[in-house]
Amino acid sequence: MAHHTAAQTAHHHSHEEEHESLKTMGFWMFLITDVILFSVLFATFIVLRGNFNGGPGPHELFQMPGVIAETFILLTSSFTCGLALLSLNAGKVKGVIGWLAVTGILGIAFLTLEITEFVHMVHEGATISTSAFLTAFYTLVGTHGLHVTIGIVWMTGLLIQLKRNGLNAKTKRKVNNLSLYWHFLDIIWIFVFSFVYLMGVM
Amino acid sequence: MWENIKTFASEFFVTGDPLIYGADVSIALTLVAIVFALTYFKKWQWLWKEWITTVDHKKIGIMYILCSILMLFRGGVDALLMRTQLAMPDMQFLNAEHYNAIFTTHGVIMILFMAMPFMFGLFNIMVPLQIGARDVAFPFLNSLSFWLFFWGAMLFNMSFVIGGSPDAGWLAYPPLSGIDHSPGVGQNFYIWGIQISGIGSLMTGINFVVTILKMRTPGMKLMRMPMFTWSALSSCLTIMLAFPILTVTLAMLFIDRFAGGHFFTLDGGGNPMMYINLIWMWGHPEVYIVVLPAFGVFSEIFATFSKKKLFGYTSMVLAMMSIAIFSFFTWAHHFFTMGSGANVNAFFAVTTMLIAIPTGVKIFNWLFTMYKGKITFETPMLWAISFIPCFVIGGMTGVMLSVAPADFQFHNSYFLIAHFHQVLIGGVVFGFFAGLYYWWPKMFGFRLNERIGKWAFWFWNIGFYVCFMPQYGLGLMGMTRRVNEYDWSQGWDMGWMPLNIVSTVGAFLMGIGFIFQVWQIAYSIKNHKRDVNGDPWNGRTLEWSLPSPAPVYNFATLPKIQEVDSWWEEKERIKAGKPTPQAPLEPIHMPDNSAIPFIQSLFWFIAGFGFVFNWMFFAIPGLIGVAVTMIVRSFQKDEGYYIPVDEIKKTEASTRGAG
Ligand code: HEM
Ligand SMILES: [Cu+2]
Repeated sequence: MAHHTAAQTAHHHSHEEEHESLKTMGFWMFLITDVILFSVLFATFIVLRGNFNGGPGPHELFQMPGVIAETFILLTSSFTCGLALLSLNAGKVKGVIGWLAVTGILGIAFLTLEITEFVHMVHEGATISTSAFLTAFYTLVGTHGLHVTIGIVWMTGLLIQLKRNGLNAKTKRKVNNLSLYWHFLDIIWIFVFSFVYLMGVM
Repeated sequence: MWENIKTFASEFFVTGDPLIYGADVSIALTLVAIVFALTYFKKWQWLWKEWITTVDHKKIGIMYILCSILMLFRGGVDALLMRTQLAMPDMQFLNAEHYNAIFTTHGVIMILFMAMPFMFGLFNIMVPLQIGARDVAFPFLNSLSFWLFFWGAMLFNMSFVIGGSPDAGWLAYPPLSGIDHSPGVGQNFYIWGIQISGIGSLMTGINFVVTILKMRTPGMKLMRMPMFTWSALSSCLTIMLAFPILTVTLAMLFIDRFAGGHFFTLDGGGNPMMYINLIWMWGHPEVYIVVLPAFGVFSEIFATFSKKKLFGYTSMVLAMMSIAIFSFFTWAHHFFTMGSGANVNAFFAVTTMLIAIPTGVKIFNWLFTMYKGKITFETPMLWAISFIPCFVIGGMTGVMLSVAPADFQFHNSYFLIAHFHQVLIGGVVFGFFAGLYYWWPKMFGFRLNERIGKWAFWFWNIGFYVCFMPQYGLGLMGMTRRVNEYDWSQGWDMGWMPLNIVSTVGAFLMGIGFIFQVWQIAYSIKNHKRDVNGDPWNGRTLEWSLPSPAPVYNFATLPKIQEVDSWWEEKERIKAGKPTPQAPLEPIHMPDNSAIPFIQSLFWFIAGFGFVFNWMFFAIPGLIGVAVTMIVRSFQKDEGYYIPVDEIKKTEASTRGAG
């Protein structure tokens, strides 16, 4: 509409806020479905984790220092993401942008380590088709990695939007949902770390 | 060069079967006719603006139902082909390979591309109207869901003429569906067709859960919602919990086929039984996903056509919710014979039998709703009444199948085929037909012809029993499912011929019923009386308070609700001269149309097509297209627009006539 009256503008605001809260609820619903997705992947991994098919097992493959580094990086990124949220609540755009950028960079560091790990394993001859254990391993850990990648793309887009538009109902909701997503991935990683890596080498 | 093209084409296109050449020709002719008609009548822009880019839930619902009926036609033709082959011993109509492909596509199409979209269509059209909302929670996502379904279904159906159909059964058990035993592209079509539309279904599930939980009109507490809305909620919650399992399972099957993985292979440490468990952990809830909304439709119809409140509202809600929950704990009854051991079988036998209890409660509630009601027998009610005996018999044979030791006898026999068709046709299909007849006036503003509708009804019903009752007998006589030949080919007479002939006759009777329905719709479009007051059945729930068809914004002012069956009560108040006062009109905010859902889904289709043929030059650009359209969407302003008060007044005056 070309001409907004004052009443309409107020109306528009309440409408927008209502809409953003719907989206947040929708995002929670999506996370529930994602929990189920990962549960199925974990369940299959647990069923198949002993089926080495004569190939290498966790002891030969996993290099714990790298994995522990990945864990620390991701945990730290969750913390910085929390700081971004604090700035959001304080209404400081600069803080949000800064901390989100740090979070994204940590995410990239995590991915780099993970990809290096995968490349290393493939060089050792441990590919996705070597054994059921490895199929399940690459799929589970890879799906988490894919989620992280999507998170980073999302973060990049959001940084641009924050720069352009500052904080408004829409960008606020997006930062909130992104941080939900990022913490969620962190929790999934804790499970990956315990069930796949720790239990594997113990 | 020429030779290369020839070999390529002979592999790319399905060749060698006159039936398929016939289909090729008719598909090509239909496409040409559609393009010609759209161009000739200058309808391209109309198609694009009014339908393809629409985010209006009512239009999306109509598109769902239209596609679903087309798919019912295709699935039905598949069924008739199979029944023709089985009519007599040693028929030389479909060879074994062709038969395998047809029962596979029939099963997949009927459940995923017929029942699911029919259900989504009804949700789309009716749920917002029943809860007093102006749209669903996420209109853009809703359109995306539809187009994902559409392109997924296209991909699946293409396999018929390009590359070859899947032929490993509707649930594609490995190792048969693995790369060693199904090296062709058919299984890839299966995976990608279902995967793409399945993501759409998952999003619809989320969309309607949020819509129902968050967008109800003031005063509509959960326990005041119409029963169909309750059924949509229970079904969508089940979708949210079950569909991710399907997504992962198909992805794993794909990894096995595409990247040489070993999830479900016989070698390499894989475990095919895991697939069977996983697919049924989705598959069993899936059948409840489609049948619960049918229950919802029946609840509305029984109350409306008995002029009575639904009996046992609370127990209905509880029954529906407990069925939704229980449906997650019965999956192993589909493979009692696979050696899970006595205790596991006992557990799943008992959970399966337990589901019969809430179902029985519902049946009694419907009967009590009719008891002492002023019943009238219009077509929606006929379908609803015929559902009861049909579902009772189907339910009882289901309980028979759930007795694990007895299932060793029934398993994969025609007894099972008869059982599940009885609940799927008698429950799901009859339910959705009933819903379509019931809500047709709300969708299009006129009623369907009753006389032709009754012919359709009787052909379907008689046809159903003639077709499927003999199959219980055949099952007990030892005829197994998924066979294309019997009797003398095995060297002796099994005595299966008479019942098979009868069964095939019944199938064709249902086919005639379908033709009557198409005629009924065509006839009613040409000859009808406009429904002026929007409430042709003297309905009870909010959708009947609106003009037919409902205006874009649905409700000019949001109604305030004080009770169940609020429209019925409101009509009483209007009669008594005390209508609930309405709030003054305000400008209404509406979402903008968008082309992105269509385009993004098309990119999914391209990516899927690439993965089917292992053509990365298709798959990768397809995926990039998906990502780019997502990003573009994220950067859009998407503010929507306002309908000013004057325009609302004008629309209301013209659609509600003088009244
Ligand atoms: C309209 C009347 C129908 C007829 C005459 C019919 C007939 C058949 C026949 C002959 C088979 C193959 C039996 C075999 O060889 O194993 C079959 C399988 C099947 N039908 Fe139907 N059908 C009808 C409707 C439906 C509907 C409405 C649904 C679902 C909503 C459905 C779902 C299935 C499924 C899931 C299978 C199993 C496919 C498989 O074995 O993988 N059918 N049907
Ligand atoms: Cu089941």
